[in-house]
Amino acid sequence: MTQPYRTASGGRILRDRPVHFSFDGKQFVGHQGDTLASALLAHGVHLVGRSFKYHRPRGIMSAGSEEPNALVTIDRGDGRVTPNQRATTVELYDGLTARAQNAWPSVRFDLGAVAGVLSPVLSAGFYYKTFMWPASFWQRVYEPAIRAAAGLGRAPAAPDPDRYLHHYAHCDVLVIGAGPAGLAAAAAATARGDRVILCDEQAEPGGSLLSRPDTRIDGLPASEWIAAALDDRMTVLTRTTAFGWYPDNMIALAERVTDHLARPNANLPRERLWLVRAKRVVIAAGAIERPAVFPGNDRPGIMLADAAATYLHRYGVLPGQRIVVSTSHDSAWRTAFALASAGSSIAAILDRRDAVDPALCEQARAAGIPVHIGTRITGTGGRRRVRFARIDTGPRIIRCDTVLMSDGWTPSVHLFSQSRGKLRFDPGSGTFLPGPSAAPEQSAGACAGIFDLAACLAEGHRAGGGDPRAFVVSGEFRFGTPVPPSPGRPHGKAFVDFQNDVSTKDLAIATGEGFRAIEHVKRYTTAGMATDQGKTANVNALATVAALTGQPIPEIGLTTFRPPYTPVSFGTFAGAARGDLFDPIRRTPIDDQDAVFEDVGNWKRAHYFPRPGETMHQAAARECRAVRDDLGLFDASTLGKIEVVGPDAAEFLNRMYTGDFARLEPGRCKYGLLLGEDGFIRDDGVIARLAPDRFHVTTTTGGAAGVLHQMEDYLQTEFPSSRVWLTSTTEQWAVIALQGPRAADALTPLLDGIDLTTMPHMSVREGQFAGVPTRLFRVSFTGELGFEINLPANYARAAWDLLRETGATRYGTETMHVLRAEKGFIVVGQETDGTVIPDDLGLSRTIARGKPDFVGKRSLSRSDMLRDDRKQLVGLLADVVLEEGAQLTDTGAVSLGHVTSAYHSVALNRPIALALLSGGRSRIGTKLHVPLSSGFVTVTVTDPTFYDPTGERMTQRIIGKPARTGSVAARRERMSQPITGSPARAGTVAAAVGQPALRLVVASYAPPPTPFCDGVNLTLAPTTGKFSIRTRQPIASTLCAATSDGHTALWLGPDEYLVFSDDPPRIAADSIVDVSHRTVGLRVNGPRAAWCLNAFCALDLDTIPETGCTRTLFGKAEIILWRLSESAFHIETARSFAPYIWALLEEARREFLPPPAVC
Amino acid sequence: MLLIPCPWCGPRPENEFRHGGEAHVVRPVDPRCVSDAEWADFLYNRTNPKGIHAERWRHIHGCGRFFNCIRDTVTDRIVTTSK
Repeated sequence: MTQPYRTASGGRILRDRPVHFSFDGKQFVGHQGDTLASALLAHGVHLVGRSFKYHRPRGIMSAGSEEPNALVTIDRGDGRVTPNQRATTVELYDGLTARAQNAWPSVRFDLGAVAGVLSPVLSAGFYYKTFMWPASFWQRVYEPAIRAAAGLGRAPAAPDPDRYLHHYAHCDVLVIGAGPAGLAAAAAATARGDRVILCDEQAEPGGSLLSRPDTRIDGLPASEWIAAALDDRMTVLTRTTAFGWYPDNMIALAERVTDHLARPNANLPRERLWLVRAKRVVIAAGAIERPAVFPGNDRPGIMLADAAATYLHRYGVLPGQRIVVSTSHDSAWRTAFALASAGSSIAAILDRRDAVDPALCEQARAAGIPVHIGTRITGTGGRRRVRFARIDTGPRIIRCDTVLMSDGWTPSVHLFSQSRGKLRFDPGSGTFLPGPSAAPEQSAGACAGIFDLAACLAEGHRAGGGDPRAFVVSGEFRFGTPVPPSPGRPHGKAFVDFQNDVSTKDLAIATGEGFRAIEHVKRYTTAGMATDQGKTANVNALATVAALTGQPIPEIGLTTFRPPYTPVSFGTFAGAARGDLFDPIRRTPIDDQDAVFEDVGNWKRAHYFPRPGETMHQAAARECRAVRDDLGLFDASTLGKIEVVGPDAAEFLNRMYTGDFARLEPGRCKYGLLLGEDGFIRDDGVIARLAPDRFHVTTTTGGAAGVLHQMEDYLQTEFPSSRVWLTSTTEQWAVIALQGPRAADALTPLLDGIDLTTMPHMSVREGQFAGVPTRLFRVSFTGELGFEINLPANYARAAWDLLRETGATRYGTETMHVLRAEKGFIVVGQETDGTVIPDDLGLSRTIARGKPDFVGKRSLSRSDMLRDDRKQLVGLLADVVLEEGAQLTDTGAVSLGHVTSAYHSVALNRPIALALLSGGRSRIGTKLHVPLSSGFVTVTVTDPTFYDPTGERMTQRIIGKPARTGSVAARRERMSQPITGSPARAGTVAAAVGQPALRLVVASYAPPPTPFCDGVNLTLAPTTGKFSIRTRQPIASTLCAATSDGHTALWLGPDEYLVFSDDPPRIAADSIVDVSHRTVGLRVNGPRAAWCLNAFCALDLDTIPETGCTRTLFGKAEIILWRLSESAFHIETARSFAPYIWALLEEARREFLPPPAVC
Repeated sequence: MLLIPCPWCGPRPENEFRHGGEAHVVRPVDPRCVSDAEWADFLYNRTNPKGIHAERWRHIHGCGRFFNCIRDTVTDRIVTTSK
């Protein structure tokens, strides 16, 4: 296939590498190195799309990311459909399939073009004025119709099959733009020894130099100078757009990794979002050529003059055969001469200036090119391609197939403005330039208004930190003297914003209707609001509004520049946070897969355990009966746990919780309510005193982190002299609730060192369960005799399986909720909503009398807290299961409260509900009405305790039975299995009491198989004991690990260490808590280890020395990061986050695995 | 994302921190002795300045310490932090 507009030689394309592609169903061939636009132009194809509003034929206007017209949809198959891609930036690859947009049936014959006929009524404000009444039509009629008629490409319907990653990077100097100024800056900074990242949106560095091959710098041809400026020590990112500037010099870059490849490696991310924290930034973003504003300036075949130079010099493509050049500065003249010598016929050069360099005129005359000075285009003609230009002097009509326009240059100040730098108006060029900086940045080159190559280089070099020096430049270069923008006149279809179809007429309507502020004009007309953010439009719009209103441009001001500089895909922003990796999925150590699970925060909790064919209600009913009549088994491991240690522990808890913990005996438990200072309930839980100076505090599942934070707040800031230390043990201890009349009988044979007959309700004992240490609580959230067996997490699954042998029925959270509601036990967050105080729930008895103070106490005596019409907890009896959240009313007019919990009670064989009801306790016995979707339901208000109101089932004494040593021994024999892993602390105490130990199998985190690769590999760290140590004696220096006496201590905070040691470390400390089961150690090894970590960790790993360690975030989970060597890291993660961390690491290292076979 | 200088750990990304509200809001030594109005003032009233603001942050995903911070609420610039 011939390419009639391809020159015989020249350009940077690989002429021996043909590339086949299709556009709108038609096959074409281009060359490696082409863009879609240059390849289409090589075939003489200018018409590539229809405009947004009027469906006017549009062509290729530019050669870069500023392109407003040539938007296409790229279809890679398998759901990989990307709309609104600029043909000027789409790199050609073999098999590329592109489609025109906003045209039907085809881009050549588009029925939507009828909008062009209607254009006189479709002007600015048309929608606001026309589609007003009736309001009900806004969403149902007007919007769908308008959206169908106007618009860009269609969003793909299928899920995006590609992968995306983020990457946190740090550098001394980030250079944005790899043109001459940026390259000079990056080279100078690298020479100083700075860490440099150089990024450019194009496929290769060089910027404008790529379009000017004749240029020589310091005696080197441009391409050689570019190669010499690059340096292995720099990170050079091509196809990477710096699109957003965020606080403290964090710059977001979008790297397009695979879009230019015909058959990308599926292990590579499609795009990578770089989050670069730069000490300094050099902005070398260049300048964008401005279109001229004249009627009919949007026809295919009309393009920017410098774009034509780029197509000629970089791609070896002539834009047309007969070309009119309309300009206001010198560079377009040079483009005209170059095109003429390359074979195009230049029909005329028009220059709107009154005086032009005579040498240019002489050169034009020598080349036989007609010249019209002081002339501009007043109109064009042609249906699908420009056929003639009308001018205001001379011959009036000039036949042509191409018009090159240039009305000066607009410096790209987008990122400077995003950095909150102040723009200043430069009257000479008529544009805005960077003024005072607000961030450590410097603009260099054309974006700073410097249009001379030698000066750009010198300025870039200086901005990079180099000593002042001059560059010797020879050969042709594009920039001429900057000229002010020329306002468009409000007649004909003279487009200002091509992408949003905004013409000078629309701006005239806006100003005529009184809009003066440019931000208002922008919103009324949508000028500058398209996906190109007005890169080619804004300055012309300003100049036009200035002329229309008679104001000077600086008084009109400039619209705000916002990220992103160019469109960024949703996938890039999402990164790996999709599907199962969107959020951590936390599973308990028991995680019985026979359950149906429900989400509670990030946890997966067993909701119910259906037998085959059972519904949830059937399963829950069976589970409820089992607990009430026999024995139930429940995984309560998600409960939050905090170990409170120190001589002032009781006093501290007295200040935190409502109850009196100073008088709580060791071995006893107490229910505690935690309030905020405002008196409202924040959390609740059972608090056990293990020793005079040691408490085991439980919190709600969702409240664990918040309670610890609140306690730390008071401890660090209100009571800093308190000798108390807090350690989260949520994941150290798994909790199995054994509830039901048979609980004590079932449990007794499995215990050592604990005599249940001495355990009253609300007591705690430490001893052995099946040979492993346990903290056994006699507590009940069901109303039955019950225990909560706390076990080190790695033994929990084996213990669960062992307990199933007692014949206990497993139950889930649904049954737990029914049982507790029957007892009137509250759930924080269900019966409370942030406005509920203890008395509202009938829990005044939990408030210790005589305690002078605790958090929230003062607020409880505010007058509002004493009102007797406060909403109080009551029970409701109805004939149907009510809806949670339903309102309560007596007359039907006013809400008196709402239903907080509603279930079918199996024990009572009827629906029950809990509610918060105004003055509720005084309404017990009355009837109220509940409006449901099915109609009003009458309910009877009752006491909230429906079942066993005296609580004797729960509090009964456990009658001693003779120790059944024989059966225990038999069971022990059966259970006797080797312990896997270490430390082997299981069984040690049992051995001491002379009994053969039941031994539970250790089940720690078992990662999925992980293929080996050269870049980076994942392993589990060796198992060891782990201890949370609190001491003011430094045992490791700040942010470092230290090894001595057989243990390794990791500094976590000024008095906090994590110590790895097989035996309890002999360290004099304020608090030592065994957390061996709380976390999992992972190792990341290999030359790309740091790179992989930075996919999810925002720290500058270059600043972490060997032995350095710190807590930080990895994705959305907290980790302890410990550097073992240059290329090896240890990650300590909470047990339940380990699968998430592991999966993220696998995602990050996938690009280093061998590419999967392509089928 | 702000870069917050933790007095213990040095500059760290904002997502490791949790904001702790205005600094120097002193809890009455004996809340029983304050009036409802004074108590409400302690609970709810904050200076909410435009400009320099003394506030607390906690390096919750780092060293765990609360610290004081002077931040300009107009520019988001952190002037200083202290233990």
